[in-house]
Amino acid sequence: MKYLAFAAATMTATSALAEGPELIVYTYDSFVSEWGPGPAIEAAFEAHCACDLKFVGMGDGAALLARLRLEGARSDADIVLGLDTSLIAAAKETGLFAPTSVTAEYTLPIAWEDDVFVPYDWGYFAFVHSAELDAPANFKALGESDLKIIIQDPRSSTPGLGLLMWVKAAYGDRAPVIWGDLADNIVTVTKGWSEAYGLFLEGEADMVLSYTTSPAYHVIAEEDASKTAAHFDEGHYMQIEVLGKLAGSDQDALADQFMAFMVTDAAQSVLPTTNWMYPAVLPNAGLPSGFDNLVMPDKALLIPSADVPAIRDEALTEWLTALSK
Amino acid sequence: MVDRTFQVTPRAGAGAAALLVGLVLAALVGVFSRAEVGAGLSAPDWAAIRFTVLQAALSAVLSVGLAIPVARALARRRFVGREILVTLLGAPFILPVIVAVFGLLAVFGRSGWVNSLLSAFGLPDVSIYGFHGVVLAHVFFNLPLATRLLLQGWTTIPAERFRLAAQLRLSPRVIARTIERPMLSQVVPGALALVFVICLTSFAVALTLGGGPRATTVELAIYQAFHFDFDLGRAALLSLVQLVLAGGMAVLALRFVPEITVGGGLDRPLRRWDAKGGLQRLMDGLLITLAAAFLLLPLAAVVLRGLNGLPEMPGSVYLAAGNSLMVALLSVLVMLALALPMAGWIATRAKGGMEAISLLGLAASPLMIGTGWFVLINPLVSPAALALPVTAMVNAMMALPFAIRVLVPPMREIMQQYGRLSVTLGLHGRSLWRWVIVPRLRPQIGFAAGLTGALSMGDLGVIALFADQDRVTLPLQMYRLMGAYRMDAAAGAAVLLLGLSLGVFWICDKGGRWRAET
Repeated sequence: MKYLAFAAATMTATSALAEGPELIVYTYDSFVSEWGPGPAIEAAFEAHCACDLKFVGMGDGAALLARLRLEGARSDADIVLGLDTSLIAAAKETGLFAPTSVTAEYTLPIAWEDDVFVPYDWGYFAFVHSAELDAPANFKALGESDLKIIIQDPRSSTPGLGLLMWVKAAYGDRAPVIWGDLADNIVTVTKGWSEAYGLFLEGEADMVLSYTTSPAYHVIAEEDASKTAAHFDEGHYMQIEVLGKLAGSDQDALADQFMAFMVTDAAQSVLPTTNWMYPAVLPNAGLPSGFDNLVMPDKALLIPSADVPAIRDEALTEWLTALSK
Repeated sequence: MVDRTFQVTPRAGAGAAALLVGLVLAALVGVFSRAEVGAGLSAPDWAAIRFTVLQAALSAVLSVGLAIPVARALARRRFVGREILVTLLGAPFILPVIVAVFGLLAVFGRSGWVNSLLSAFGLPDVSIYGFHGVVLAHVFFNLPLATRLLLQGWTTIPAERFRLAAQLRLSPRVIARTIERPMLSQVVPGALALVFVICLTSFAVALTLGGGPRATTVELAIYQAFHFDFDLGRAALLSLVQLVLAGGMAVLALRFVPEITVGGGLDRPLRRWDAKGGLQRLMDGLLITLAAAFLLLPLAAVVLRGLNGLPEMPGSVYLAAGNSLMVALLSVLVMLALALPMAGWIATRAKGGMEAISLLGLAASPLMIGTGWFVLINPLVSPAALALPVTAMVNAMMALPFAIRVLVPPMREIMQQYGRLSVTLGLHGRSLWRWVIVPRLRPQIGFAAGLTGALSMGDLGVIALFADQDRVTLPLQMYRLMGAYRMDAAAGAAVLLLGLSLGVFWICDKGGRWRAET
């Protein structure tokens, strides 16, 4: 096992180079990639923390929580970054998180009150389509149209679950009717966001479930204004991404420092063009151009995180029944 | 009959099999140890089980059924580009699932080539999404594998028999009955079991092409139990169902493998004097062309789509490619260390049922294996520190059934032909392997190594739980590009991955078949 010895040696070398204590942050995979916010956030935080910030990436938000539950109180993690409002109730139930006093002048469309989790960015779910398309104005019109859509499976992906909550928040008990009408519009259901968005770009559908901020990527990174998001008049469901400190952290003060850092200008200004979401606190410089022409929903929908688990189970059964016919 | 006193690596073989069983059981125990008592299987679970078995059975029958004429055509024809075609046949199978799905959709999708052609002639569109789409995709993945397995079967038929058939001017029908059918009865059941098990654990393909929750497989239910419900009891129960289904099918299929009683040949390279004819030749040509088009067009689509993206790939993609190559190499070594003794052990047993053990690693849900081991390892060492050996082990376990399937039939043949001679000459242990087994098994060892290497290249770090942050593999990097909207660069990475996987496969396969006929 020469390789192992080598790997161990390199690891020791890296930690020897970095000075100060190590702060371990569990997050989802796309956060740590070189195109994600990870590298810039790490550099900005390490510039004044006299510590070594280490991101550990794993799957998506749900995978993150599953991993944490497996590790339990023995987890090496000090911070978990990347859960969303749908997962908060389940996360709190584990009893692994510590309360926080960090707060900020959030520019969220709703009031944020949570003593455990701190929001760092957010977005609206939306159906993205080609700018030429005459898009429907709500789920009913979509259900009556011949338009083809691709969505994600709520059993394996957070956007998929978001859509479930969206229909439920907008239509309540009438959600099964909406799903029944949408059934013939759904080309297919994918495991995750990447597959769905990829299929849409290959022309497999007219619209795909994504975020209102997705067109900003195409405008800013590709100078391509051909994509836009459909404005739905029943309102758009929100996804708020949060971070929390673990009660078992051995770097309590440093963890608090990082939580506070995530809502400062230095971190928030990184997020729009790396995570392609809205920052939780509007940076002083405002949003980058490309974010100014995005669809702005009239109404922000969000089911309180404590109610999510019960509603999720009911909505999932409705969804399965409607689409399995 | 196999001489019962003659055995090859009985201890090492049984040891490897025991290790395999132990590792899978350990994972299951690990998951159960953390499970709370939960409800049994729900109605949707039963629906998922029904769908899974149905699609897997149909996919297996179609893949192997279609592979028989294709392999026969390839076995009796020699043409320019045949060797490249035989290598490319390995490609669909070793592609990462998502890449293959995109390739298939470029051909059969809503705005794919087939529908463009249809609409050019004013014909209505065809939709790939649905049960037929799932089966089509699984045939795309497994037809080439089945073809290669059967083709190997044809090459184990001693050349003298075909020469004799040609001298006696036997008709193709008589050849089929007297020479080919006995060989097929040896090879087909194992191939069926293998394809069935591969399709059993399908998840993303079935969901994406199945068009919705109707196409829910057991693997998806396991994923949901682990990820969204964190219901470990249900996850373990479903994993157990999957193992039982796979094991049951394997035992059932392998029961039908008869013992061979025909004598051996002189180990000559195969030449086919018997198959010259006109109409037959035309049909063979047509079959090969159709199969090649079905398999290669989606691959061509992947390559065409990715060429533009190649320059857009960041340097980290190449670094990831290096990591993947290393994982592949290690996986091949582990696989050989397990597969060779196991094949020797299984081949010298009277009944082939033990081969079912090799299917365990493939039939077990990778999520279950990963989680189970994680639960057991985590209290002792940091799982990330074991990322490389664990990944290599899991890859080797998943590739093992292919290796065993490829190695056992010729191994059995070798034992029958040379077993007594070897005993008389006092050949055993290393010298037996060196002089008798390896020279004759070289093509199969090469093929198995190539398959393992390529599969490991394309594998998405079976278990994210053990992921090593500093050593990202190529498929993971490709996924990250997709997750960051960079679809063009991701398509480029897919081409690189396809190229490297095929390269690894080709080197091993070619190395094995060097100066040997296929």
